[in-house]
Amino acid sequence: MFTPFHDPFFQRALLAGLLIGFTNGFFSGFVVLRRTALSVSALSHTMLPGIALGILITGTLTQANAFIGALTAALFVGLGSVVVSRTSRIDQGTALAILYTTAFALGVAALKYLGNYGDLQHWLFGDIRLVSSNDLWLAFAIGSVILLGSCIFFRPLLLTLFESSIASAQGVPVRAMNYLLFLMLILALVTSLQAVGCVLSVGLLVAPGATMSLLTNRTTVLFWGGGILGAAGSVVALLCAYWIDIPAGPAIVIVLGTAFLLAFLLSPKYGLLNGTRRS
Amino acid sequence: METETHSEHDYCAHHDNHHELVVSNVEVSYGSVAALRDISMATSCGNRVALIGPNGAGKSTLLKAIAGLVPRRRGNIQWRGTAVKKWSREFAYLPQREEVDWDFPITVSGLVEMGRYPHLGLWKRYTAKDHEAVENALHTLGITDLRDRQICELSGGQQQRAFLARALAQEAHVLLLDEPFTGLDRNASESLACLLAELSGEGRLILASHHDLDSAPQLFNECLLLNLSQHDFGPTSRVLTSSAIEKAFQQSPPGLND
Repeated sequence: MFTPFHDPFFQRALLAGLLIGFTNGFFSGFVVLRRTALSVSALSHTMLPGIALGILITGTLTQANAFIGALTAALFVGLGSVVVSRTSRIDQGTALAILYTTAFALGVAALKYLGNYGDLQHWLFGDIRLVSSNDLWLAFAIGSVILLGSCIFFRPLLLTLFESSIASAQGVPVRAMNYLLFLMLILALVTSLQAVGCVLSVGLLVAPGATMSLLTNRTTVLFWGGGILGAAGSVVALLCAYWIDIPAGPAIVIVLGTAFLLAFLLSPKYGLLNGTRRS
Repeated sequence: METETHSEHDYCAHHDNHHELVVSNVEVSYGSVAALRDISMATSCGNRVALIGPNGAGKSTLLKAIAGLVPRRRGNIQWRGTAVKKWSREFAYLPQREEVDWDFPITVSGLVEMGRYPHLGLWKRYTAKDHEAVENALHTLGITDLRDRQICELSGGQQQRAFLARALAQEAHVLLLDEPFTGLDRNASESLACLLAELSGEGRLILASHHDLDSAPQLFNECLLLNLSQHDFGPTSRVLTSSAIEKAFQQSPPGLND
């Protein structure tokens, strides 16, 4: 019987799903603890014009210039929203919403000039089945950086996320920790962009951690469980996508969304159908 | 090297050389609005100091300035003769209860263990000594039974105890408490009062913002009366006279009305 496992494209897609799913799933623990799912969505859309600009300047697309472009755009929009909220009566959420949709629109408008890279569909929804071996190595490298960064600085990061004023009084460099989280978030988004595109990347960076937070009270389980869920969900989704012939990116987000829904309904401690909800 | 000084902590109130906290001419402003000015006081470990003043008087701001959370425009704050910044590990700051994210998924013992992080740094493993410090802190505050509870499942008084346990696990020498008695019922207030007396008796220095003028004299032996600027500092019984209180609470701080 023919199985997709013999197809080199599919093999690479599986590996990419494992790597990207794990990295993003692990990092989603931070997103959930920090309660910043909304700004993740803003950032993922902001990346588009940054990457477009990177391609326009360098004439090619690599993960390195994608990262630098994405980072630049994210900094502009992120800092811009802070400046606007501090110097006018507009609050930061509103400023962020205006700036990121404008940035996104600029990115979409610029696609026309990107030649081979101008496929809007690809940017919006990604295609994990087109990853090259080089992309795989980069996803692996970025994943390693995020995991190492998270593990080395886990204690100060957790202190910062929980209660930054107490942490700061204890001597934790809170500002540096926030920058570190921001950088790692952009890195994670750059990898997920290829797999699921900038619209759906939010799902990969939020759903696993949110699901785990319904199932456990332990931070270690939240993070590693999120990673495992992200990886397993991506693999299951790729197989489903192959067998019932739907695009891979949406399949990944649908599977992770379903896992969240199941946890929401059936979680032993916090599930809707399990009666013992905390008041 | 610092472990040596830490082991002295619990007894230092009974030694001749008290550790001193000296605040001199401190001024803090948010943007162009002055939040606090001309604050000068000196106290030492073993004392319980109340910061008293009307809303917006700068009580929380002073606590934050001592904890190093807001920059000072002028003046300096020293602990043991050098700038407080150097001693961050010996300071524990507890924000007002509504400022804490109680839905953060963490258990009581997890919270108390966080107090050990400054000692452990990034790498060091959690050792028997750390474990002991956590157990002792839980025991001292009588919350050993609650160790596996989520912090959102605690009552107000228990939440307060959990955070104090974290400060003890940290071996904090100075406790900066923002309105610790707010929202506690009578029993919880009474037991917190005993606890603070116990902790200061061990030689810790406690500074707390406090809004209840009636209970202040029993709870605190020293008092800083302030309203934007300093009105008086000294033994509570001397500072908190009805005329002084009236004067401090009468004038509304310019530009600071909520």
